[in-house]
Amino acid sequence: MKRLRAWMMRVAGIFTAGPRREFAEELESHLQLHIEDNLRCGMTPEQARREAIIKLGGVESTRQSYSEQGTVPFVESFLQDVRFAIRQLIRNPGFTVVAILMLSLGMAASVAIFSFVEATLIKPLPYYQPNRLVDVNESITIFPRSNLSYLDYLDWKRMNQVFSSLEMFGGRGFLLTTPAGSEPVSGSRVSAGFFSTLGVAPILGRDFYVGEDQPGAPGSVMLSYGAWQKRFGGRRDVIGQTITLSGVPNTIIGVLPQDFHFALRGDAEFWQSFHAGDECSLRRSCHNLYGVARLKDGVSVETARANMKAIAEQLERQYPDSNRGQGASVQPLYEAIVGDIRPILLVLLAGAGLLLLIGCVNVSSLLLVRFENRKREIAVRGALGASNARLIRQFITEALVLVTTGSLLGMALAYGAMQILLRLISKDMLFSMPYLRGLGMNLHVVTFAGVMALLAAFLFSITPILRLPTTQIREGLVDGGRGTSGIFWRRFGSNLVVVELAIAMVLLVGAGLLGKSFYRLLHVELGFEPDRLATLGVNLPGLRYDTAEQKVAVGREVVNRVRSLPGVTSVGIANILAVSGNGNTDWIRFVGKPYNGEHNEVNQRDVSADYLKTLQATLISGRYFTDDEDAARPNVVIINKALAQKYFPAEDPIGKKIGDTDLSPKSIREIIGVVDDVREASLDSSIMPTVYYPFNQSPDMGFGLVARTSQPEQWLLPSIAAAIHQVDPGIGTIGESTMNRRISESQTAYLHRSSAWLVGGFAGLALLLGVIGLYGVIAYSVSQRTREIGVRMALGAQRSSVYQLILSEAGRLTVLGIVAGIVCSILAATLMRKLLFGVRSWDIATLAAVVVVLGVSALFASYIPARRAASVNPVEALRSE
Amino acid sequence: MGEKTDIWQGTLALMVLKTLDTLGPLHGYGLARRIEQTSGNILSLNYGTLYPALLKLEQEGSIESEWGVSENNRKAKFYRLTRVGRKQLQKEAADWEQTTAIVARFLSPTEELS
Repeated sequence: MKRLRAWMMRVAGIFTAGPRREFAEELESHLQLHIEDNLRCGMTPEQARREAIIKLGGVESTRQSYSEQGTVPFVESFLQDVRFAIRQLIRNPGFTVVAILMLSLGMAASVAIFSFVEATLIKPLPYYQPNRLVDVNESITIFPRSNLSYLDYLDWKRMNQVFSSLEMFGGRGFLLTTPAGSEPVSGSRVSAGFFSTLGVAPILGRDFYVGEDQPGAPGSVMLSYGAWQKRFGGRRDVIGQTITLSGVPNTIIGVLPQDFHFALRGDAEFWQSFHAGDECSLRRSCHNLYGVARLKDGVSVETARANMKAIAEQLERQYPDSNRGQGASVQPLYEAIVGDIRPILLVLLAGAGLLLLIGCVNVSSLLLVRFENRKREIAVRGALGASNARLIRQFITEALVLVTTGSLLGMALAYGAMQILLRLISKDMLFSMPYLRGLGMNLHVVTFAGVMALLAAFLFSITPILRLPTTQIREGLVDGGRGTSGIFWRRFGSNLVVVELAIAMVLLVGAGLLGKSFYRLLHVELGFEPDRLATLGVNLPGLRYDTAEQKVAVGREVVNRVRSLPGVTSVGIANILAVSGNGNTDWIRFVGKPYNGEHNEVNQRDVSADYLKTLQATLISGRYFTDDEDAARPNVVIINKALAQKYFPAEDPIGKKIGDTDLSPKSIREIIGVVDDVREASLDSSIMPTVYYPFNQSPDMGFGLVARTSQPEQWLLPSIAAAIHQVDPGIGTIGESTMNRRISESQTAYLHRSSAWLVGGFAGLALLLGVIGLYGVIAYSVSQRTREIGVRMALGAQRSSVYQLILSEAGRLTVLGIVAGIVCSILAATLMRKLLFGVRSWDIATLAAVVVVLGVSALFASYIPARRAASVNPVEALRSE
Repeated sequence: MGEKTDIWQGTLALMVLKTLDTLGPLHGYGLARRIEQTSGNILSLNYGTLYPALLKLEQEGSIESEWGVSENNRKAKFYRLTRVGRKQLQKEAADWEQTTAIVARFLSPTEELS
């Protein structure tokens, strides 16, 4: 207690100058008292004063020991060092500003990217023991993770021995009936144990009870926290209220926690209990669900996978028609959520880290130059008795001051960068990455920044410390002394530059490859003309359009109404628009060809007569549909080129017939046309065989609409939705966009674009830093060799040979850097080849371009000091001796 | 001359506390003189060492100080014992007596150790 009080007083003493001034007064009064006594004893005034001071033991040493007792000496001298370091840094503003800027840029990039890595890959998912959760699905050759069918799910649930629970969820948008009409909302249908499997409890109301997902149970729904706030004002009495989802009444039974998210269903607002009973859930070959399970204690993912595969094989034998080729896929849930984005984030983190590294290396080499220039100061301080330890402490303090300032600035920049990056992510993308909601300067991120700062501080203090023992005090004191230091610097400093150039090269090559991939991606063959295409999603309210005839009629009505808008030249609808994704597949079989029971999996698209025409796809042979080809007319189909090549390699497919796996009579369709491949899936996926059925023979509840326009297409978007609502205000419209925007905002394009731009930005900065580093080394070397150059010139060397001298030094470093860079960048590119599209990891053109850019920049950076060297006046250089 | 004994920190604190207890408030110089006198001039005190000791006692709350006027009308800082200091004095005095008694027993010539 007593001691604590004393310590606190001492710490407080560091910050107050008052007591020290007061002590000076007290000391003075002490001396006066003593002198008076001495005078009374008969001493002369001088004697009296002298005796008093001797008895005191010296004024200065008393003051010193007093102030040591008054404060904490270690902290006190540390603060002294800090003040000194700040003075030193301020005296050299050029160095300080450049060093702090480089450091803070590197820090900002790394911390900002790390915050994304943290939110995505490090922060655990908001479930109970999330690493025991697995994603369980079927698996077929073309889709390693494909949907579950309901009947398979029930068998899997019953037969497995590895899960404590296996639940499922399905994707489903709903039409929410609101006073204003119908609004399409996002949602999901889940089995009753879904939330308890995740370990998520509602914050209001109750969870689904066991059996609430049985056919015939009343409809019930849980709200996401966001939907509760946005649509129900966060009122607690929503529990028990009834809402209408796609025409069916549902009771609100609970509200999910604010931090709950489930990336596989994006921003789902309404979580409805699943009710089997629709056509699809009765058919084993209809796959539209996903499974999620909790592993039993002690069961590994591999064991679970083996068990599920065995079950799938058993079902395959049992139901050969529907289950042939249907395997099982089991992976950690975490993997299903972030598996796609992980490599990109890691590449970005590596890029930012390299930028930080190059910044640190640059600052270290600046510190070395500074050390050379301060050799005299250091030697003087050494000669005056400063121990090496004391000098080292000073270096560390300076490094700490630099790093602290740089890091704080970097953190501020990083915070800004995080906000900007987050804003650059499109809303749709953000929905599919709900975990980014947790992005921010949290403990992990700050710790990461702290560790980076400590490493940088270590690097910066070790650089001069390594140099210290080789500095002879005497040598430093000799004015203009030449010694080993110049050579040391040239060797060590230039090695650093080689490292910098190599890093810059790696980043440039990375950026080049990613940029080229992005270019290739945007120029991939679409098979249609994306300009002047307005697009829109349409959802029909269920009850009113129950029969096929009703759907066909309203589809026609929608198309006609939109086509009559001024500026619209052509309109088409399709159950799934182009560039949406492979999937919604059908199994087909060919009349008159041998069939071995294997599933011929093809994309199935239900399109209106004008859809392919509106896209301006290329008809290779045959004809398009006509609008009156409906259920009353013979079944027809158009196939794409991929299908024709795969299944009719040497014959004309026109007139041939396809059907379902049983060739049931009503499924038989005649091929009437072959269209060139239209890109149905994302830009980087492969083209799949595709069948196009007439919408009027195979209508859907929801479809996309495309309208070719004669004016800029975005002008028409509002009027298209309005025209559709004129048909029926109960029809939901969603996702008004243009085809070009859909393409450029697609996840594939987005990921490629953002990684290309970010790595490009890092590479640009790295190039700048690397070139500055090279300039620094050459400029310093020139300044050290001024005298040598003067002598050479006095002895008759030509200016050109001086140029040659300097440029050859720079050239040697550049070539070394580039060679090291080529090796490293090929390695790095191999590591990130998963992210590349249409480009090989050792793309010669990119490598060559980068070598040229780096070489020219390096030449330019070394030309400036070389010119200075060549313009040395020999007389002045020698006079300065 | 060389007969005088140096004193160490802890003992000095005890002497300061005891002197203040006996004589009441004193300034630094007065304290120093008094300590020397009490020792019968056997102790030689570097007056300068007194001040850090006083500061430490003040930080620990055993004494407190106040500016005042000395007997011959000079401004000086006076130190006074606090309640905490009085308790500390009692405790340390008791400790000291016990310690010296033990040491004295060892050094006593009449005692047989075996």
